[in-house]
Amino acid sequence: MNIIVCIKQVPAKDAPLVIAGNWIKESDIGFEMNEPDSYALEEALRLKEKHGGEVIALSLGPERVKQTIKEALAKGADRGIHVSDGNFAQLDPLGSAKVLAAAISREKCDLVLTGLQSDDHGFGQTGVLLAGLLNLPHATIIMQIDVQDGKMKLKRELEAGWFQWIECPLPAVLSIQSGINKVRYATLKGIMAAKKKEIATVTKDSLGVIIEPTQKIEKIYVPMKTKKTEFLTGTPKEVAAKLVEKLKFEARVI
Amino acid sequence: MKILVVTEHRQGKWNNTSFETLVAAQQIAAATSGTVSAVVIGKGVASLADELAARDAAEILLVEHDLLDTYTPDGYAFALKQVVEAAKPDLVLFPHTYQVRDFAPKLAAMLGKGMVGDCIGFRNEGGRVVFVRQMFQGKTAADVTFTGTAPWFASFQSGAFRADLLAPHPSGKAPVKAAKVELKAQDIRTKPLELFKEAKSAVDLTQAPLIVAIGRGIKAPENIAQAEALAKAIGGELAASRPICDEGWLPMERQIGSSGQTVAPKLYLALGISGAIQHVVGMKGSRTVVAVNKDQNAPIFEVADYGVVADIFEIMPALTEELQKAR
Repeated sequence: MNIIVCIKQVPAKDAPLVIAGNWIKESDIGFEMNEPDSYALEEALRLKEKHGGEVIALSLGPERVKQTIKEALAKGADRGIHVSDGNFAQLDPLGSAKVLAAAISREKCDLVLTGLQSDDHGFGQTGVLLAGLLNLPHATIIMQIDVQDGKMKLKRELEAGWFQWIECPLPAVLSIQSGINKVRYATLKGIMAAKKKEIATVTKDSLGVIIEPTQKIEKIYVPMKTKKTEFLTGTPKEVAAKLVEKLKFEARVI
Repeated sequence: MKILVVTEHRQGKWNNTSFETLVAAQQIAAATSGTVSAVVIGKGVASLADELAARDAAEILLVEHDLLDTYTPDGYAFALKQVVEAAKPDLVLFPHTYQVRDFAPKLAAMLGKGMVGDCIGFRNEGGRVVFVRQMFQGKTAADVTFTGTAPWFASFQSGAFRADLLAPHPSGKAPVKAAKVELKAQDIRTKPLELFKEAKSAVDLTQAPLIVAIGRGIKAPENIAQAEALAKAIGGELAASRPICDEGWLPMERQIGSSGQTVAPKLYLALGISGAIQHVVGMKGSRTVVAVNKDQNAPIFEVADYGVVADIFEIMPALTEELQKAR
């Protein structure tokens, strides 16, 4: 079973964000593998361990995303594909999906996995757009994958504690829900082995994709507060005392 | 602007976000001298369409087919593609539900479009509609506009608009029109099987008047005892944001947010929770919100009545002690 995992590199969780127009200043901050995608990668590795085949880590973005592909290789992916695009942050969801779809269609694969959404743009559309562009069946928010007789039985999460089993043929695109598995760490052996693994680089332009933006992020900004927050200051003990007093006599909730 | 709203229901019951999205559509229509039509899709859903017709809409499009009896992303995408092509709306709006996330981008892609998903509001700037959504897990907002030609696709997050503002139909009833769609069984490639709930949860957080919730800031499972002690001192239930349950540090039944429970307690004490939107939708109805986070820019403070910018490991024991004293 050959699996392509789409992995995005995003600003590190605790990175201080400095807004610059419709994106952030990228200098001076760290980047990391988008956490929801790490669950998709883990799921791909587990499927490979069970059913054989290869796992390809596919990432679109500037030169720096190679680091994230290397991390995927160190965890056990067999090879990487880097679609290089220095201006990646300006692509709309359809634009990135078209580029990824073009890269995927050059490979022979049974399954395409994505995380649920990215922690930066948070569009949460890539997997479903890929299914539309590649004309493949798909399912999202997946909590379990059982492969049997060339098809899959999937546990899909719905809202408010509900789930549903669905049957899905292969090939297909799945968006994986965070928490589906316990993500592994790269071992030293894995990191050494990754050095010998191949990362193919293709430029976005060489894929010959025609991109017509359907939306534009005009600007980003710190959101307006909806509530007036009263900040309590002092030593922990003072803050605790003030808070208990407020909750008792002002909010009257305890 | 001609607006089409795709409503959602499951097992004969409305998803309330549908009405919120209709309110959003009415407001956008009012700002752009437009009209609003609503789509009801499924099988045997004429009564739902009829019920919806009592609300303020130009018309209700009833899309019925045997193959739409239960939801499938292929069935919905193929059917709605035909509806959109025939109705030629400028803007197609959806409630931002798990189901919409599952099919709407595919529908948009089939029509060569993308989608502006998970919007929290809009602004009218001289006839140009600017959609507002969040980025970076709620740390920033973004103004987004459509480019290129219609139709455009957007979804509104649960709670972004007030369903109770949905006006009744001015003359009593909107016309219900059947919209014919052609579907073939082989178009639908996934097969939905049974719906189920996991083992019944032992704790019903929706009934808890006081909730102490922890997020990533708790750092390690062995630190949860401190939050438990605080919950005990205040007489409340312990809850968590999704990452804590994903890690298995607390059971899923204690998760608050879009994939967990939605609560509205008297007091919600958020400890080390950044306030990503998926969490906030599950607790923003709380009467009083207290947030403790060492990052003063954490979005959780946007919904907090009282805020403390500090290390939770300093505040938790101090607060536990004060609460015990106050008893």
